Amino acid sequence: MTAEQTKILRTVPREKAFYFFTSIGNYTGLSTASLKEFAERMNEVSVKSLEFHLYRGDFEKWLDEVLNDTQLAEEIRRLRRINLAGEALRNQLYTVASRRLKRLTGQSDSLSI
Amino acid sequence: MRFKNDSFPLDAADVGILEALQTDARQTYVSIGRQLGIAHSTVYDRIRRMEQYGIIKKYTAIIDSERVGKWRITAMMTVFTNPKESERVAEKLCEAPQVLEVYSSLSEELQIIAKVVAETQESLHDFIANSVAPLHGVLRIRTSMVTKKFKEIPVSILNDPEG
Repeated sequence: MTAEQTKILRTVPREKAFYFFTSIGNYTGLSTASLKEFAERMNEVSVKSLEFHLYRGDFEKWLDEVLNDTQLAEEIRRLRRINLAGEALRNQLYTVASRRLKRLTGQSDSLSI
Repeated sequence: MRFKNDSFPLDAADVGILEALQTDARQTYVSIGRQLGIAHSTVYDRIRRMEQYGIIKKYTAIIDSERVGKWRITAMMTVFTNPKESERVAEKLCEAPQVLEVYSSLSEELQIIAKVVAETQESLHDFIANSVAPLHGVLRIRTSMVTKKFKEIPVSILNDPEG
């Protein structure tokens, strides 16, 4: 595993974690501190929260600036541009995040989430 | 007027002085004495005593934040906490300059209620996401933005609902 992969796959401290909100100031109680958790959370948080963060650009900002995963950030940026919503958005977010995780970890099977 | 067992007994002159100060804390002892029909030296002595006993906590200015323009957003934030961590969460909130008031409340769950001000909705969200949500013991947060203020006054000896 390269240093870059290790960096992307690390678990960040809680002050750098991503906290899921449904609107301004309304925290769901769910957070993620790693790419693995991020992929898992795509199936756990409400669609309202996913839509809130996607259209504010929060996911790509966190992936870019905290996990340093510019590639996944770019894939999510592309998803934002095609205006997905609801469960279709959830499915796409889960697909791109879990696919990226598998590539980085060298897994071939589906995630055991 | 009723007092709790451990509270400081106030007589009519003390109450009159407090009422006068709450109307205008910058008025002179002479002016207050004239209104109450007591000597200005008595006003001075009573004020000193009430300061020493913590009846008068401090003198401050009430600022119209909308006119100042810095804190355009006011929000009431309810932070649901793990009971073991709630005290610490409340203390951390007290340290933040944008948090004006902090209370704890017990209904079905332990909650910390805080009044928060911010320049914009975005800065309010950043503060909550970056400084409140990551605190140990925070379970979830509900925030309501204030849209209109109907009444806001400091606690007053004048407006005791029980007389």
